[in-house]
Amino acid sequence: MSAGIGQALQDGLKNLTFKLGGEETERKLKALARRSNEYGVDPFGMDLDYVLAAVGPLLWLYKNYFRVRTYGLEKVPRGRVLLVSNHSGQLPIDGAMIGTALLAEANRPRAIRSMVEKWVPTLPYVSVFMARCGQVVGTPQNCIRLLENDEAILVFPEGTRGVNKLFSKRYQLAEFGQGFMRLALETGSPIVPVAVIGAEEQAPALFDLKPAARLLRMPAFPITPTIVPIPLPVRYHIHFGDPMRFTGRPDDDDDELSRKVKQVRSVIQTMVNEGIRARKHVFW
Amino acid sequence: MASNSPAVAITGISGNLGRSLAKQLHGKERVVGIDRRPFPGRPKDLDVHHVDIRKRKAEDLFRKGRIHALIHMGISHDPRMSAEELHHFNVLGTAKALEYCARHGVRKLVVLSSANVYGPHPDNTNFLTEDAPLMAAARFGEIRDLVEVDILAQSFIWKHPEVETVIVRPVHIVGPTIRNAATRYLRLKHPWVLMGFDPMVQLIHMEDVCRAMVLALTPGVRGVYNVVGPGEVPLSAALSELGRSPLPVPHILARSFLRRLFQLRLSDFPPGELDYIQFLCTIDGSRFAKEHGWKPEYGLRETIRSLAAE
Repeated sequence: MSAGIGQALQDGLKNLTFKLGGEETERKLKALARRSNEYGVDPFGMDLDYVLAAVGPLLWLYKNYFRVRTYGLEKVPRGRVLLVSNHSGQLPIDGAMIGTALLAEANRPRAIRSMVEKWVPTLPYVSVFMARCGQVVGTPQNCIRLLENDEAILVFPEGTRGVNKLFSKRYQLAEFGQGFMRLALETGSPIVPVAVIGAEEQAPALFDLKPAARLLRMPAFPITPTIVPIPLPVRYHIHFGDPMRFTGRPDDDDDELSRKVKQVRSVIQTMVNEGIRARKHVFW
Repeated sequence: MASNSPAVAITGISGNLGRSLAKQLHGKERVVGIDRRPFPGRPKDLDVHHVDIRKRKAEDLFRKGRIHALIHMGISHDPRMSAEELHHFNVLGTAKALEYCARHGVRKLVVLSSANVYGPHPDNTNFLTEDAPLMAAARFGEIRDLVEVDILAQSFIWKHPEVETVIVRPVHIVGPTIRNAATRYLRLKHPWVLMGFDPMVQLIHMEDVCRAMVLALTPGVRGVYNVVGPGEVPLSAALSELGRSPLPVPHILARSFLRRLFQLRLSDFPPGELDYIQFLCTIDGSRFAKEHGWKPEYGLRETIRSLAAE
């Protein structure tokens, strides 16, 4: 019976996605290529019908709450690609909005894959939700396999340093990890820089309650004006940049890699700066 | 088949998997079976010896029997045997079998290990390759024998390059007559599941595993190979395919409860096995497929349903 309720909910949410997206989007989403087997999942456990249902509420937030504006979606190439974005806002809404943009707004919709922290599989329900939505544990082997399957992967090289940064550090990109560059070089994938504007103001973190974070085994425990992070209805602006292609060996020494990583980081920082200048207001 | 042509020896031939393997090799190779258990319904021309692999009589078979290949699958999981006896039989038995191969000119050795030796772990990569560390025993002591058998065979590869050794690590073996932890679980009417967890699982049909071992006998095949069946499926989908009504239990309670039941001998599921229904332990079998053309014959649905047969 629970399967019946689950199925009805899933169908309802999927219809919500189609309704919010409009006829054109519905047609495109229904035509999306599937890699699933007879049980509706791909080898990683992603279920496209589940994704289309899960994106329903996100699309509602996208359209009505955050009123997202995207720029340059057409620059995302076909085939394997690494989307590299700044990370902010205490809650991973930036990732969800980028994913929603590519699925519901792009001319060629793509269900992007993103990488989750290694503790996510220990969380009940969350682990299953993430897997069915196509998110996998962020190991290099997983990324390589997905890129070799010509998937689009979203990465936040700032990691938790980015998402948990305090309000006083807003829109200043934290240090980038180098892993994504190795993956791009190893799989010959282009990098599309992405800048998200708005998330920094959705839940300003005033300070980080470190003992609580340790207790809960979380990377940080931000205290926001609402005590716990509740996103404010800021307006999101998502900018997609021109694809960057790098050549070289993935096992080049760190200086060589870090030069390339800095290039990507500075492009994103520039896009962020320009994005802030271009927007008229935090909320509209 | 001339009675003195070189033979393939199979340890553990009387088990259901062994019998399936004997059937595949029957008529193609001279087979010498080695098992402590009887082999009911054995074909007349199948040579089965009721000996313990650790005993001298077993070595005599290697000395006199002109054995050119050994498929070692005589690993016992009998829950009624004591842990000590099991360990002795499995680990010492394997050490002895390897010793006979080195000493008596066996040219090919196929050791049946398992993908379970990698161990389920929350930060596992989705598809573990052959070079992943064998971490199963870290959280689940009962599997230590299996890990040791695999490690013994790995060091044999290095010590005895003259014996072409293949370690086969298949995913959960299922089939109408198979009785192992996975099939015992999947045959339960109301199997426990952990609330909020639904890992992807991989299954392989018993006949496909046997086919993989026969493929491993091909001259030139050597090394460690993961062997996968027809794909991956969420645990919940496998259970509903079989018409089971799972009983969701919070994972924190399940672990301590099962530990208590196991201690009281009210359950024969070691608590460590819960990890296999909570976390990923899925493997990448592409190397065997690419290098030696491995492909299972049974489809995913057929493989799952084979459990319901009989």
